[in-house]
Amino acid sequence: MAPIALTACDPAVLDPRGAIGIADKTILIDSLAIMLAIVIPTILAILAFAWWFRAANTRATYRPDWAYSGRIELVVWGIPLLVIMLLGGVAWIGSHDLDPAKPLASNSPPLEVQVVSLDWKWLFIYPNLGVASVNQLVVPAGVPIHFSLTSASVMSAFFIPRLGSMIYTMNGMRTQLNLVADAPGTFLGLASHFSGDGFSDMHFDVRAVPAQQFTAWIEATRSTGPSLDPTSYAALERQSMNTKPFTFRAIDPDLFNAIVAQKLPPGPGPEGGPESGPDVTVSPRAPR
Amino acid sequence: MLGKLSWSAIPFDQPIPLVTGAVVLVAIIAVLAWITLKGWMPYLWREWITSVDHKRIGIMYMLFAMVMLLRGFADAIMMRSQQAIAFHSEGYLPPEHYDQIFSAHGTIMIFFVAMPFVIGLMNFVMPLQLGIRDVAFPTLNSVSFWLTASGALLVNMSLVVGEFARTGWLPFPPLSEITYSPGVGVDYYLWSLQISGVGTLLTGVNFVTTVLKLQAPGMTYMRMPVFCWTALASSLLIVAAFPVLTATLAMLLLDRYLDFHFFTNEAGGNMMMFMNLIWIWGHPEVYILILPAFGVFSEVVATFSRKPLFGYRSMVLATMAICVLSFMVWLHHFFTMGAGADVNAVFGIASMIIAVPTGVKVFNWLFTMYGGRLVYASPLLWAIGFMITFVIGGMTGVLLAVPPADFVLHNSLFLVAHFHNVIIGGVVFGAFAGYSYWFPKAFGFRLHEGLGKAAFWCWFIGFYVAFVPLYVVGLMGMTRRMQHYDVAEWHPWLLVAAGGAVIILAGIILQIAQLAVSIRDRERLRDDTGDPWDGRSLEWSTQSPPPAFNFAVLPRVEGNDAYWIMKQRARRLGGLSDEPVYSDVEMPRNSATGFVCAFFATFMGFALIWHIWWIVAVAAVGAYATFVVFAWRDRTEYVIPADEVARIDRVNRNVRARVLEQVAS
Repeated sequence: MAPIALTACDPAVLDPRGAIGIADKTILIDSLAIMLAIVIPTILAILAFAWWFRAANTRATYRPDWAYSGRIELVVWGIPLLVIMLLGGVAWIGSHDLDPAKPLASNSPPLEVQVVSLDWKWLFIYPNLGVASVNQLVVPAGVPIHFSLTSASVMSAFFIPRLGSMIYTMNGMRTQLNLVADAPGTFLGLASHFSGDGFSDMHFDVRAVPAQQFTAWIEATRSTGPSLDPTSYAALERQSMNTKPFTFRAIDPDLFNAIVAQKLPPGPGPEGGPESGPDVTVSPRAPR
Repeated sequence: MLGKLSWSAIPFDQPIPLVTGAVVLVAIIAVLAWITLKGWMPYLWREWITSVDHKRIGIMYMLFAMVMLLRGFADAIMMRSQQAIAFHSEGYLPPEHYDQIFSAHGTIMIFFVAMPFVIGLMNFVMPLQLGIRDVAFPTLNSVSFWLTASGALLVNMSLVVGEFARTGWLPFPPLSEITYSPGVGVDYYLWSLQISGVGTLLTGVNFVTTVLKLQAPGMTYMRMPVFCWTALASSLLIVAAFPVLTATLAMLLLDRYLDFHFFTNEAGGNMMMFMNLIWIWGHPEVYILILPAFGVFSEVVATFSRKPLFGYRSMVLATMAICVLSFMVWLHHFFTMGAGADVNAVFGIASMIIAVPTGVKVFNWLFTMYGGRLVYASPLLWAIGFMITFVIGGMTGVLLAVPPADFVLHNSLFLVAHFHNVIIGGVVFGAFAGYSYWFPKAFGFRLHEGLGKAAFWCWFIGFYVAFVPLYVVGLMGMTRRMQHYDVAEWHPWLLVAAGGAVIILAGIILQIAQLAVSIRDRERLRDDTGDPWDGRSLEWSTQSPPPAFNFAVLPRVEGNDAYWIMKQRARRLGGLSDEPVYSDVEMPRNSATGFVCAFFATFMGFALIWHIWWIVAVAAVGAYATFVVFAWRDRTEYVIPADEVARIDRVNRNVRARVLEQVAS
């Protein structure tokens, strides 16, 4: 499959733009290569045996009672075992090196970003910079980003294919993820765990920009837009689909912790409450 | 009076389910009317609906699975066509409808296609291979079947009365909790699986007991055909895993109905607990499905290679190793939950270890072919198609077991392609191999070979055309369950995948044609010998279709490939063994218990979904009373007189003797 994907225009996972994504891809390709070394000969042997031992082939030797060979048994148990031992080592080392919670080695301190998955949009809070954004994530290129993630309602997953590993978001819990964008660029981010009717529109642009541009964006953001506090958060929590990106000029610094600690109630779900029956209404979809 | 049920439950504004429902309803009424007019109803009731014969129940299971395959496939083709056109567009299925379709597709394909198909095969084949007359608990077997049918009926009812779950085939909370899914969809899912789950658990108990307690004389464990071993392993897994499913779904039901907080956001509920519990059932479940398929391939490859299975002991060891290991890997379904490096690594490596016994099995089939004389009948085509496809699916599975690779592929279409690769390439190909292999045993005539081979090629090629593109878009970061998308690079691949679904559709149409043509030409395809493939295990020693009692006298087993040994001896001695002394055979009487019980269970499930409490009470009493009546019955068996047994068996012996003469001359 890999060669086919490589010829395509946008093989996101195989064309990563960040250290984590590159490491994930390396492990993926290495594991595939280790397995192909045994899988390809096996498939060829299946085809060869199936062809050579066809009943019509009079040159093939018929061994009607041959059903055991200790040596072959040793080989058929041994080869998969050896492959798995090798691959197990890859998995062990890879799991530890690429643990999503593990901080990235870097000279610059990481940028803190708090992520809240809502029905059905993403909220990104920059706690140390005092701003927040919905459905767009702007980060400085080359600076590691430490994400703290939670969910306002149902489970979701935060995934930027070009930057690497994904992680779940869950209400009342905080997960962590460390990523970095090596160079400026715009990447697709998406929700990779089904979360209801508005799920397909729960994607966002990730803009990795040079440091000065990032500072400029923060300054610009601080000057316009609404402020994020428990009241505006309650409005944001209501279900909505296909939400256009916007920003908050100021934030309540304890908001994320209040969500994790469930001091703020979880998202209310569909309008109309539990008794509304099968025709649950959701907010109308914006025209495309 | 009718709880939450009202006319608004019927989707009058949605033409697709409404028209489909109307067509299906008209078709059912037409079939029932035709059967009644032809006067076949008493026959159906006496010989099939109330039958406790494992062969009849097995056939009904498989027929049921094939009908449900059509429903599940209709969902599949809607999903593929929606994704093919939903680029920068809403497509033709709004999210609230599309979400129900993928949920129903998964639920139906796993619980009401794959499960009944493998249970049907085990039902039909296992007692015949063990050389016995029925399973341990014949009436329970009928109850299992009808409860499964009851669950499926409820799922299909949701098409026109209310809605089905919009949560995916495993209803992850909190999305499936009453706050976020206030409709009846999740309740349809839960009650239909609770009802059919009871049936499945009873099947597991029944089959484990059968294999462990009932065998023909001399049928020791290490002489059992590998299919029986895989049936045992699969049934053990059912017994161990299905109670977990029932308990997990019961907790979710308590959350939804009685305001409990097992998995809610509030009051200390924990959705991670649901994830763990559902996959502690869910991972063994895939081995419940694939192990019997491995058993089928073991029989088919050996028979059509004209050789005994290579490495029988290895095969048994590998089967039981998979059986145990399958309980130790569930966490690989959510590496991305953030459990930490040690936990992820341990479960990743445990998952890889399963690849060792599975790899051994593939090599053993390979060496079974070595030195063989391969006869390319359609069961062998399915088997070789399986070996190639499954090796690829296994490889992508092990890839997903490497946590860092899973971090970028989890929940993507790569994952979807992987499990379809092993379930279609493994379970479905296995089911079809078994279907074409044992069909002549069940009905006394073969299936049309040409159409069967054409169907195989459509499925085989269609599978690759449909799912290789999904591997590719998965590597492009496309996540599963998207109702629409805006990424241009994904679009061409999804168009190709839709084309693959059409090729598979052609395969299904060819299979329907194959069945119709085979029934029409049954006299030409007739097999009088009872042993059309020159088989090796005991099911081929009896007539086709086998008499109610299977074996006039329980066969005496003297080694692996019991019937092969008998045939070899008969050839050496130049004649059959002496006619045995026949005696009366006692067989279990038919019973309506299963049907009546499922009748009440269906009403109970429907009433629970719609909160119609008085029907719940009436139906619960009815179902319980059915069992009391059954427990109080006086006569449990009927006798087939020795003369009748002798008459039937002499026909079989004459045929065998004639075949033997032909071989000798």
